[in-house]
Amino acid sequence: MGTLRELFQDYRFTLGFTFLSALVILAFLSFFSPYDPVKWLQVPRDMPPSWPHILGTNSKGQDVFWEATFAIRNSLIIAFIAALLSRIIATVVGLLAGYKGGIADQILMFLTDGILILPLIMMLVLVASVMKGQLSLVGLGILLAFFGWPWDARTIRSQVLSLREQTFTQTAILSGKNVLSLVFGEYMPHITPLLLSTVLSNMTWSISSEITLAILGLSKLETPTLGTMLYWALRRQALLLGYWWWIMTPIILTLVLLVGLYFISVSLCEYMDPRSRLQRATME
Amino acid sequence: MGTKTLRIYLITRFLQYVLVIFLGLTLVFFIPRLLPQDPIRAIIGQFQQQGAGLDAKTVETMVATFQELFGLSGSLLTQYVSFWKRVLTLDFGPSFFQFPTPVSQLIRRFLPWTLGLMLSSTIAAWLLGNVVGGIAGYFSQKRWAKFLDTLATVIRPMPHYVFGLVLLILFAYLWKIFPLGGGTSIGKTPSFTIASFLDILRHSFLPALTMVTLNGTAWYHQMRLLVQNVKNEDFVRHAKFGGVHTWRLVSQYVIRNAMLPQVTGLALSIGQIYSAAIIVEIVFSYPGLGTLLFEAISRADYNLIMGIAAISIFMVSTLVLIVDLCYPLLDPRIRYK
Repeated sequence: MGTLRELFQDYRFTLGFTFLSALVILAFLSFFSPYDPVKWLQVPRDMPPSWPHILGTNSKGQDVFWEATFAIRNSLIIAFIAALLSRIIATVVGLLAGYKGGIADQILMFLTDGILILPLIMMLVLVASVMKGQLSLVGLGILLAFFGWPWDARTIRSQVLSLREQTFTQTAILSGKNVLSLVFGEYMPHITPLLLSTVLSNMTWSISSEITLAILGLSKLETPTLGTMLYWALRRQALLLGYWWWIMTPIILTLVLLVGLYFISVSLCEYMDPRSRLQRATME
Repeated sequence: MGTKTLRIYLITRFLQYVLVIFLGLTLVFFIPRLLPQDPIRAIIGQFQQQGAGLDAKTVETMVATFQELFGLSGSLLTQYVSFWKRVLTLDFGPSFFQFPTPVSQLIRRFLPWTLGLMLSSTIAAWLLGNVVGGIAGYFSQKRWAKFLDTLATVIRPMPHYVFGLVLLILFAYLWKIFPLGGGTSIGKTPSFTIASFLDILRHSFLPALTMVTLNGTAWYHQMRLLVQNVKNEDFVRHAKFGGVHTWRLVSQYVIRNAMLPQVTGLALSIGQIYSAAIIVEIVFSYPGLGTLLFEAISRADYNLIMGIAAISIFMVSTLVLIVDLCYPLLDPRIRYK
């Protein structure tokens, strides 16, 4: 509880937490939506915000507010799947490379750097353009996870490298602990906070990438996400026709979501900075 | 001794360069082939969606033609070999949507725009982010430094597409001081005159601003963190007590030392910067590879997509190599050891 109180003293954490909670509530509202998110022409088209359509309606004949609740929910689901899976890959690669060292480390780091250097958008486009319109939410999450791990694998590796130099590693090895229980029992607690804060930054990345793929027309365009909402608004010239409520809704929601996620992750990162953590640990 | 370290450094970097290109292009080759969906069927499906009535026999002929055209006929090994032949001779076959213009010719026309936008904005963002971040990191307790921090924290997480779109709405739709898109005014071709140069500059301003702002804040943040560590090191403290002037201290002692990891960081982020440039181009319909890719995707121009992917990998890896080769010039430890 003390941790939480300390975190809430940072205005960034409080603000990010508020933003994110509001959006999660919106996402949950989608379960009570009176409309089917995929069907067209359910309400009068192109109406500016008014009761009962508080954010107006779009040219597809959908209620923008309820469409947005589904969009947030789906974008969060994609981001969550991508973040979770890519954390698993990053942890395995980072732990293995950092602890094993030698050839294993060199090969893994070459792969990691290789994927990092490649223009990922091209890889995403290649996959998505062949899978055009077939990618489900889970499929998209897996695709993003496949490319979203290298940066954090590097971070985890360097963390393990520094842990390996510390005396408790020697003590553990000399007292006959096997590698698995050393790595998972002793190293994981040090790495978990780092992992948690990378979950948030990876979600940010995944949400942006989803928007990119949607704008390129490569994701399943019927499924409402923040990206596809923007895609339809632009495709139907909402900008030129002056339907600001349609195009501004996904833009503002995206900004609030990403700024919220980033604020929390920056605040967590600072709180869990290995130096201050070590200081605190040694003081205890 | 010195030349030996340098030689080892250069050789590893060059090997890495070749290997990354090999890995990347191999991925480009295998990804479409490993996926459960056949690209040719996808294209034909798109034709049918657009209302072309095709009977079974026509479809078969089309499949055969496309297989020939895309290098999809024969065993996987022969396909792979012929793929490399095409890549090395830069011959990606004809483009669909501007048939029969060769893909390589289209790429040659659009590439300079991407390079120009990307290089100028990357250098500007890197220098600006590092210098401002370095100074703000050294004076981190000052009020203006804290303000800059907050500003950067709000801007940094914004995705390139959305940020670009917001700038476009603000400065081209609402307050019409910049053009809605394109690289030059309609009907004008770039030439070596001042008017043409200014025209290009005006069209490039918003895309470049998007790139510089978003990438610059990322460099700013990293530099700030680095500087906060460096400024507490003994040599900085000694220099300070030894009476070194503050500005000399900041620029020569602190920023200079914190800069090195940022060079490595630049090399590692070029792929991401490139991806961002592609997206920003699409927002502003800037006539570079991004806009070309957008066209290629919407017309299912498979040859063109493959060509752009291959060129992108070449270009990004080469830029990474160039940055890596600059590293020894800045790090005396590699130069003189």
